[in-house]
Amino acid sequence: MRRITAFALAALAALSLGGCELAHKVSNQYGTRGTGMDQVTVKKVAMAKDEVPPPPYDPPSADGPRAKEQFQNVQVLGDESAEQLSYTMAAMTAWVAPKEGCNYCHNPNNMASDELYTKIVARRMLQMTRNINHNWQDHVGKTGVTCWTCHRGQAVPANHWTMPPAGPNGIIGNRHGQDNPIAATGFSSLPDSSLALYLTGDPKKDQNIRVQATAAHPSPADKTSVMQTENSYAVMVHVSKALGVNCTFCHNTQSFGSWPISTPKRAKAWYGIRMVREANGQYISSLAGVFPAYRKGPMGDPFKVSCATCHQGKNKPMGGYPMAKDYHALWGAPGLYTVPSSFPAPLQAPQPTQPVASAGGAANPAG
Amino acid sequence: MALLSFERKYRVRGGTLIGGDLFDFWVGPFYVGFFGVVTAIFASLGTALIFYAASQGPTWNPWLISIAPPDLKYGLALAPLKEGGFWQIITVCALVSFVSWALREVEICRKLGMGYHVPVAFGMAIFAYFTLVVIRPVLLGAWHWGFPYGIFSHLDWVSNTGYQYLHFHYNPAHMLAVSFFFTTTLALALHGALVLSAVNPAPIGPAQPGEVKSPEYEDTFFRDLIGYSIGTLGIHRLGLLLALNAGFWSAVCIVISGPLWTRGWPEWWTWWLNLPIWS
Repeated sequence: MRRITAFALAALAALSLGGCELAHKVSNQYGTRGTGMDQVTVKKVAMAKDEVPPPPYDPPSADGPRAKEQFQNVQVLGDESAEQLSYTMAAMTAWVAPKEGCNYCHNPNNMASDELYTKIVARRMLQMTRNINHNWQDHVGKTGVTCWTCHRGQAVPANHWTMPPAGPNGIIGNRHGQDNPIAATGFSSLPDSSLALYLTGDPKKDQNIRVQATAAHPSPADKTSVMQTENSYAVMVHVSKALGVNCTFCHNTQSFGSWPISTPKRAKAWYGIRMVREANGQYISSLAGVFPAYRKGPMGDPFKVSCATCHQGKNKPMGGYPMAKDYHALWGAPGLYTVPSSFPAPLQAPQPTQPVASAGGAANPAG
Repeated sequence: MALLSFERKYRVRGGTLIGGDLFDFWVGPFYVGFFGVVTAIFASLGTALIFYAASQGPTWNPWLISIAPPDLKYGLALAPLKEGGFWQIITVCALVSFVSWALREVEICRKLGMGYHVPVAFGMAIFAYFTLVVIRPVLLGAWHWGFPYGIFSHLDWVSNTGYQYLHFHYNPAHMLAVSFFFTTTLALALHGALVLSAVNPAPIGPAQPGEVKSPEYEDTFFRDLIGYSIGTLGIHRLGLLLALNAGFWSAVCIVISGPLWTRGWPEWWTWWLNLPIWS
């Protein structure tokens, strides 16, 4: 009996240590001493593929003949120099379609043609990139973003999400959109489709994340309930996981909603949430008629961005390396181009680079 | 205070751990001893330092006074007094006075020829505090990780430290500690109610009190209720076990947060999701 007990205790100790992180740790202090606003992290990086590709060649002059004078049908980058256009195209190929090459978006016999849907998408994404670098410096600062920030060498960024399908009726197998331990909720029981409540960019759908009650009792003006706090908690866990930080990176949990005791990072995140909404609502959703079915979720909406799409586990994507500085064409005004409301059936649809089933990636809340 | 006639029997010389006969005397009802003197000195010094440190702070509001540990940059070194040094000295004073108090309890146990259950039980509380302000900060490499001495501020610290791990209720040792705390109060409430029910029987008639019941009645009550009574001695063993476990697992739940786990606590449970049986 004693031997069995000893064996059981030894096994339990070994199992317990097996659930531990024994690697070297690093500490960060986020708040005033004594507040407990700190973070311990393990040194190794799990999530991000952080190497930044070098420019395809030395950045050319921004002077010289304009792209729109040298090429046809250049709707967004027309005011850049022709040399800059070629340079940007070469970089984009390496960032988004390194295997497929130029033909992923262009008809090699007629580079100006818009017959491939991917070209329409790429053009809209260029505008989105410019919009972020031009109008959202409250979030991206002077570091800016490039296609690589999200794409990392893949046609479809690994961390995307789509609107969740309606749950089953009845009680058998019905988890009511929660109790499903997935990465986006930090493997908790929190609601697993919270991004769809806050980040669609559709003002009719997006709710206010801040649900903290302002009075002791509910009133007609303030009917926030515990269910809303669960969704709010879930989307905040998404932000934490996406950035590789904890709640105290932005908040003093004495009062989550109070700005004076929050860290300056919270203001950055506030702009970031609105930037994500605009990217989804103004840019990605406008491509709903362009994307083929295998580039859409079960509810027929295009793959959307979240914090994880760029950040990939880092509080500054790629450790804050300012790679966008080498790409003059990504900083201009977004321009007036709009996506055609309907897109003719593509003559030559590019094949999916990965099976649709796995396109969700680990952080897809609809998964 | 007058010495009761029977108390003299228990006030015997000897049993001291240190100091021999030097402090082996009583002041009123209180046994002094070497460790009583040490406790008095360090408790007074610590309290005085708390007041002095508070006087250097922004408020005298007793809810808001806070004496905070040093910044992370000081590591395990001494910090300037007003930048966490007060916290460090007060921590030393607290630990010395707590441990001395426990050793004074040991000396009293020795005088009376009793077991050391009371000092061992108090030792668990000291261990939990020691874990919070010494073991975990040393494991994490900075006194910064201690908690601040203030009524509201230590609550805020607990809240923020919990949210460092996204959702602290998923911490397995925290689950155990909370369960033991609740079970301790349940056991104490049942035990207290049972004893009071035995000594407060229903009156037989007007101005005719009922008969006080023996422990056999207490045992029978629980046998009738749940089929088992742990017994008069057993309930105290159980109570001590529950209470010591509450303190022990509290210490474990905080010492593993950071030194042994850095991510959200919900994620820790992925070992279960990833068991080869179903994954």
